[in-house]
Amino acid sequence: MRKSILVFFLILGASLSHAQDKNKTVTFEVKGNCGMCKSRIEKTAIKIAGVKFALWNVDTKEFKAIIDERKCSIDMVKKKIAGIGHDIKGYIAPLDVYNNLPACCQYRNPESIHMNHEKH
Amino acid sequence: MEYRDGKENIALPDANVYWFSSAVGTTTDSSGNFTIPYRADLKKLIISSVGYRSDTILVNRPDLGNIILYPTVVLDEVIVEKQVAPLQKSLFKVQNVVSVDSREMLKAACCNLSESFETNPAVDVNISDAVLGAKQIQMLGLNSPYLLFTQENMPAIRGASQIFGLSFIPGSWIEGIQITKGAGGVLNGFESISGHINSELVKPIIDKRFFLNLYANNFERYEFNSRLNHNLTDNIGTGLYIHANLRNGNIENNGDSFLDTPLAKQINFMNRWQYLNPENGWVSYATIQYLNDSKEIGQLDFNIDTDKLTNNNWGSEVKTSRLDLSSKLGYVFPESPYQSFGFQTAYSNHSQDAFYGLNIYNINHSSFYSNFIFNSIIGSTQHKFKTGISLTHDSFDETVNSSNYYRDDNSIGAFFEYTYDNLEGLSFVAGLRADTHNNLGDFFTPRFHLRYSLWDKASLRASFGRGKRGANIFAENQQLFASSRQIIINPNGGNYYGLKPEKAWNYGISFMQKLYILNRVLDFSIDFYRTDFVDQVVVDWENPREISFYNLEGDSYSNSLQIDVNYEMLQDFHIRATYKHFDVVTDYNSGVLEKPLQPLSRFFVNLNYETLQRGGQQWRFDFTSNWLGKQRLPNTESNPVEFQLPPYSPSYMLINAQVTKVFSNKFEFYVGGENINNFTQNMPILSGNNPFGPYFDSTILYAPVLKGTYYVGFRYKI
Repeated sequence: MRKSILVFFLILGASLSHAQDKNKTVTFEVKGNCGMCKSRIEKTAIKIAGVKFALWNVDTKEFKAIIDERKCSIDMVKKKIAGIGHDIKGYIAPLDVYNNLPACCQYRNPESIHMNHEKH
Repeated sequence: MEYRDGKENIALPDANVYWFSSAVGTTTDSSGNFTIPYRADLKKLIISSVGYRSDTILVNRPDLGNIILYPTVVLDEVIVEKQVAPLQKSLFKVQNVVSVDSREMLKAACCNLSESFETNPAVDVNISDAVLGAKQIQMLGLNSPYLLFTQENMPAIRGASQIFGLSFIPGSWIEGIQITKGAGGVLNGFESISGHINSELVKPIIDKRFFLNLYANNFERYEFNSRLNHNLTDNIGTGLYIHANLRNGNIENNGDSFLDTPLAKQINFMNRWQYLNPENGWVSYATIQYLNDSKEIGQLDFNIDTDKLTNNNWGSEVKTSRLDLSSKLGYVFPESPYQSFGFQTAYSNHSQDAFYGLNIYNINHSSFYSNFIFNSIIGSTQHKFKTGISLTHDSFDETVNSSNYYRDDNSIGAFFEYTYDNLEGLSFVAGLRADTHNNLGDFFTPRFHLRYSLWDKASLRASFGRGKRGANIFAENQQLFASSRQIIINPNGGNYYGLKPEKAWNYGISFMQKLYILNRVLDFSIDFYRTDFVDQVVVDWENPREISFYNLEGDSYSNSLQIDVNYEMLQDFHIRATYKHFDVVTDYNSGVLEKPLQPLSRFFVNLNYETLQRGGQQWRFDFTSNWLGKQRLPNTESNPVEFQLPPYSPSYMLINAQVTKVFSNKFEFYVGGENINNFTQNMPILSGNNPFGPYFDSTILYAPVLKGTYYVGFRYKI
């Protein structure tokens, strides 16, 4: 009996650790340059159902989000952000979308960082 | 191999030496020497080292002697900074807020909070009366009782401290001020009607270690301000702040036998503790403040020991002691940065003993306040909410001549505030409170603010809200005691001296545009606010023998229009210009009248020029001019001719200026003047030579009593 209870709790613990997290913090690098990129990235992310909080750091390029894994996944968030022109490891933005970004946001061009980023 | 440093040559180890267009090479040793096998076919030797200009040497002899390399020119990093203006209007905040930082306080004498608004067009500074000389502030054409003052988001300067409270917060303790026009939020209670002014005090952990300020003016006012901060650990800091002021010179220049400005003494201590730990998310403050203030006013010959409460000479003394205790505790959930809670508690005791001529007015006001706030989101940070519970308790014990008034106010309330941001330029804050109050009853307080971006750098804002309060008629109109007016209250069964509470709706709309003109920012804003009183305690000065208080029957409203332009005309030369128009009308028993002593229009200009900082040195110049349009004066027709005033005051101009010389980031010296153009009211006191007669009145003051006030001071901080 005691053994079966222990097993039950072990199974419960294992299933809990695999359960989808309501408040999962995810961080990954997102390519971008400036404040305009920041608002584009954060807006896109926060509008995904299940994303509770989104923050992109202009200096470190680190993107942090808190997501409800029952409603969305890290994969979905990465896809969406890449879909609006910002490269992520393993998710490359489509060229036509990238080319439509303002010149100062075209981070693949090393010169772009020195451009005038209005709205700063 | 060497390099040149100033006048001497220094050996250069580890420099690369190789034959031109080959991979054959060597490096110099620790004393800068090298040897390399000779290659006749290559002839050219390249010398290079990081940080030095490479050199090419034609090798035509075995010993090349000393080779000197010159450093590459290293350009220092250039940081381009643009200081934000000390007065900020945000395009993005939902509420119509003007933020003022501590630099704004350096633009004028700013001895205390009441004077911090002299350079700020959002707030009007007036003087209460000719005897007390207390500076009062107004917003939207309404007096300070209709404003909510908070100190670090806890209600302050209310009840007993309504008239003098602004002078109990020294300017040097203030870190910043946020001025919200119109109905504020629901977080801080239900009392605000025309605006909300929050002042943030300096924080021990980030404040300077030591600050000293001394001030003196030509009317014998002296001020001492000092702050001392110490961080016990990285997370715990404490600060001790001391303010003292003194005026012991008898100033009487206008021949009405009364002192033009009170003799005053104040000592004011504050001790703050701050705990801040970003790792675990906790932040906490504990503050204790004690002050003792006394003012002596009256006729030049008044001697308090022999003349108090007699009619030998008219005199007055106001003694105040006040204790404030407050604490705040905040926690931000480390895993969810959008979720936090805060708990605030404050206790204060304000005890004032005063006599004015033959009138006695004492008030003891104890107050307890606590507020619990929980912040979180619904789904995502596009939908934020704040909710919580407030508890307040106030007890008043007043003596007005031979009458005593006791009152306890108790309330408990809950609030909920929802903020929506669609991230495309539309955001709004909708708040609702429900309070149950022993004297005000059970009631809801709605507040709503909306912001919409019309186009690039343009914001449209709209707000509405309701406020409710009980009027402390004596504390708010203390100047009435410095007159021969008889006090009349027409009770109608309310809980506040027999009067019903005050209730008003406030509506506002504002438009703001930021433009770049000649590559410099221009802010343009226009706003219009209307306050509609559903119920009001009318303060009626229209019979010069009386002051009467009664509940409004009919209409009472205030319309205010403000147009602002801020522009940097030349590099570091800023201009602020404001035009304001007021239409404040109340149904008095004697008819529909404009509010007395309220300028119909005001024009404000502030010019500020700062030289570039060189080696910490800087000059700062400030110039402020206020033009006040005509003000309706209370009716004095029934007075003898010599004590009659015209129906309107003249319009006039006030000019203040200040020059600051910054010697280093530690020391600055300032000199300035207020009312430089010497405009004073002629006859600020009616019947001043017969203060115990029926016509004595010091309450009708529309202009300064004092001529030009010139001051000097210095600030030292490390």
